[in-house]
Amino acid sequence: MNTRALPLYATVVIFLLAYLLCWLQFPNILSTRVIGNLLTDNAYLGIVAVGMTLVILSGGIDLSVGSVIAFSGVFIAVILRETPLHPLVVFALLLALTTAFGAAMGFLIDRLAMPAFIVTLAGMFLARGAAYMLSIDSVPIAHPFYKTLQSAYWLMPGKGRLTLIAVVMLLTVLAGMVVAHKTRFGASVYALGGGEATARLMGVRQGRTTMLVYAFSGLMAGLSGIVFSIYTGSGYSLATVGTELTAIAAVVIGGTLLTGGAGYMFGTLVGVLTMGLIQTYIVFDGTLSSWWTKIVIGVLLLVFILLQKGLLSLSQSRLAAGG
Amino acid sequence: MLLTIRSLTKTFPGTRALDAVDFDLAAGEVHALLGENGAGKSTLIKCLTGAYRRDGGTITLDGATIDPQSTVEAQEQGIGTVYQEVNLLPNLTVAQNLMFGREPRRWGLVNSRALRAEARETLRPYGLDIDVDRDLGSYSVAIQQIVAIARAVALSGKVLILDEPTASLDAAEVRMVFDVVRGLRERGLGIVFVSHFLDQVFDLTDRVTVLRNGRKIVTERTAELDRVKLIEHMLGRALEHEVAGQAARTAAARPPLLEFRGFGRRGVVEPFDLTVGQGEVVGLAGLLGSGRTESAEMMFGVRPAQSGEASDAQSRLDLSSPRAAIAEGFGFVPEERKTDGIVAELSIRENIILGLQARRGWARPIPRSEQNRIADDYIKRLDIRTSGREKPIGELSGGNQQKAILARWLAMNPRFLILDEPTRGIDVGAHAEILRLIRELTQAGMSILLVSSEIDELVASADRVIVLRDRRHVAELDGPRVTGAEIMRAIAGGEVAA
Repeated sequence: MNTRALPLYATVVIFLLAYLLCWLQFPNILSTRVIGNLLTDNAYLGIVAVGMTLVILSGGIDLSVGSVIAFSGVFIAVILRETPLHPLVVFALLLALTTAFGAAMGFLIDRLAMPAFIVTLAGMFLARGAAYMLSIDSVPIAHPFYKTLQSAYWLMPGKGRLTLIAVVMLLTVLAGMVVAHKTRFGASVYALGGGEATARLMGVRQGRTTMLVYAFSGLMAGLSGIVFSIYTGSGYSLATVGTELTAIAAVVIGGTLLTGGAGYMFGTLVGVLTMGLIQTYIVFDGTLSSWWTKIVIGVLLLVFILLQKGLLSLSQSRLAAGG
Repeated sequence: MLLTIRSLTKTFPGTRALDAVDFDLAAGEVHALLGENGAGKSTLIKCLTGAYRRDGGTITLDGATIDPQSTVEAQEQGIGTVYQEVNLLPNLTVAQNLMFGREPRRWGLVNSRALRAEARETLRPYGLDIDVDRDLGSYSVAIQQIVAIARAVALSGKVLILDEPTASLDAAEVRMVFDVVRGLRERGLGIVFVSHFLDQVFDLTDRVTVLRNGRKIVTERTAELDRVKLIEHMLGRALEHEVAGQAARTAAARPPLLEFRGFGRRGVVEPFDLTVGQGEVVGLAGLLGSGRTESAEMMFGVRPAQSGEASDAQSRLDLSSPRAAIAEGFGFVPEERKTDGIVAELSIRENIILGLQARRGWARPIPRSEQNRIADDYIKRLDIRTSGREKPIGELSGGNQQKAILARWLAMNPRFLILDEPTRGIDVGAHAEILRLIRELTQAGMSILLVSSEIDELVASADRVIVLRDRRHVAELDGPRVTGAEIMRAIAGGEVAA
């Protein structure tokens, strides 16, 4: 077995254990209603985390996504208020815009050989500022098509609702899995994360791959923005502050190596659901205050970083011993 | 001829790295490319693999002139390369590595089953029965190397360049890789073999080409090659030519200062014994990659020894890190002055004071007047040519930088100073001054380990010379035996060593 897959198994085991513990205390937590809500409430986070996973696998980071989600919400709300355009047209416009924004950041990162941290930090301020420029206030979305989107769901056994945005999230994860694990582009992303110099020697087109990675993350951030606007029914420039960090946390808890080159898209979904589960537990308990979520996430992150460090030194010492 | 290179020329600002070099490679031949630092080996290889553009000359492969613009293009034209390290990605599986960039696809998606099957097929001729689904990084370096060879051959298929492929392998693994190389020779590939290990060159290759200072010196059949002659070609120094040794070379009668017993590190330097006398200059000689620098680094705790121990007259020494070695009174002037020695932006004064201050602890700064006094003192004593002590050290010439680094250590008054190539890249005047300084220091009682690729320098300065070959200390020469001829014979080894 590859030691690389161990963090993924650890993630899944921790999630199942946590669910078991919650279930022992609150049997209701296993109902499809709770599961449906878990998926719906975390849909936007799951989508943006898919993009973040690819970025981190390539050895980079994208700090702009939280701001891009907020910008997307405001953009949709303002355009729908000011013009007679259909939401689907606005969605297409927005996705083109955020994808181009991501591609531009990827281009700069590659061409200027700048750290992704700095370039996407600039992107974060830029997108947030653009959102403020469109509107400082929360803009409600009143288009009738939105009502349709918001009320679309499939009824699961046990009266749980699998909402449209939850389905979009699950499909996105599926698409992310295909891109990361089943395409040459995905292989190039892993190669870049494993070592840029070697990847170039093996024929990876570094510039093109980097640009596509950040374009993909921009696309996911835009899609996440759409889902978030459906979820909240409005666009607000102060929304989703710090979501990029929550997404990074979900990716790492999902078993992806923060330095790149190793990890699985499916793990990210489990990471998102683990974080959602903690929140659900706190809601069920009713007496705990919500900052416990952050503490538990902090502890989990630490555990995973230590786990990966441990695995790394384990495989290295095994190699040194001639294994 | 499979590959023909005629008057290949490559110039960098200030140096002519390759000067009209000719080179031939036949199909079914292993051809060694040898040379010391700056000989032009790596430039030649980079021109062949498209990493560099050549300035002049022709490269003909299979009758067609080629001019690869990138390693990928060279590969497509038939030239594959395997380096010492960084060939493949340890985080991908063996199969992914082998098939990278040409994965079998179905409906646009990678077909994992076909990928595995083709990877196994690629590995079959190499007799490697490994799980292609495991991460490459979980296998030994030898297996990774063979997988890299398999990929290079699968992609290119005519010429295989092996650039020090055995540098991080042990003896059994070297045999494994050599069997693979011999198999490829049988299949009719042309193989260029670059190595610092002479025994391996004689073991494996059919012909040898020696480069020196960017020129081709000789090409000969390996079987007809005399080892000492080969060393002469590589070092560019005839045996007859001798420099005067130390005027008064006193072999014995020095009280021992340090003793190293069974000092070694796996895969780096084999265990050796060494005694260093008070006020003695011990030289380390050997070809590039023979373990000279590695021995010095081990003594200073840069890469600490895994076996054996070091002691002085009183007790055992702790050499587990540079910091510990400094506490034992060791000093180390590294080979790479620019990256490991100077802090280019800091002034001469700050560079000189650095070691002293680090030992004192940063909480207790040395008073500025004291700093000035120390800096001025050494600038005067070592004759560091500068307009003032506050000048950034990066603006000085190489020789003066080297003197400032020496000053840093001298200020700490070490009992044992390790100098790794102290005269590399500095002008003739400074060269002589540094050698004079070494003599003065030993007269004052300091012991010095001098690592050098220049045999004349060792003969001129060292009381005793340890010769290394293939990471082993193979000979110890003292007294009247410290001559260029003796050192070169010891480096050549083989049947001549007696």
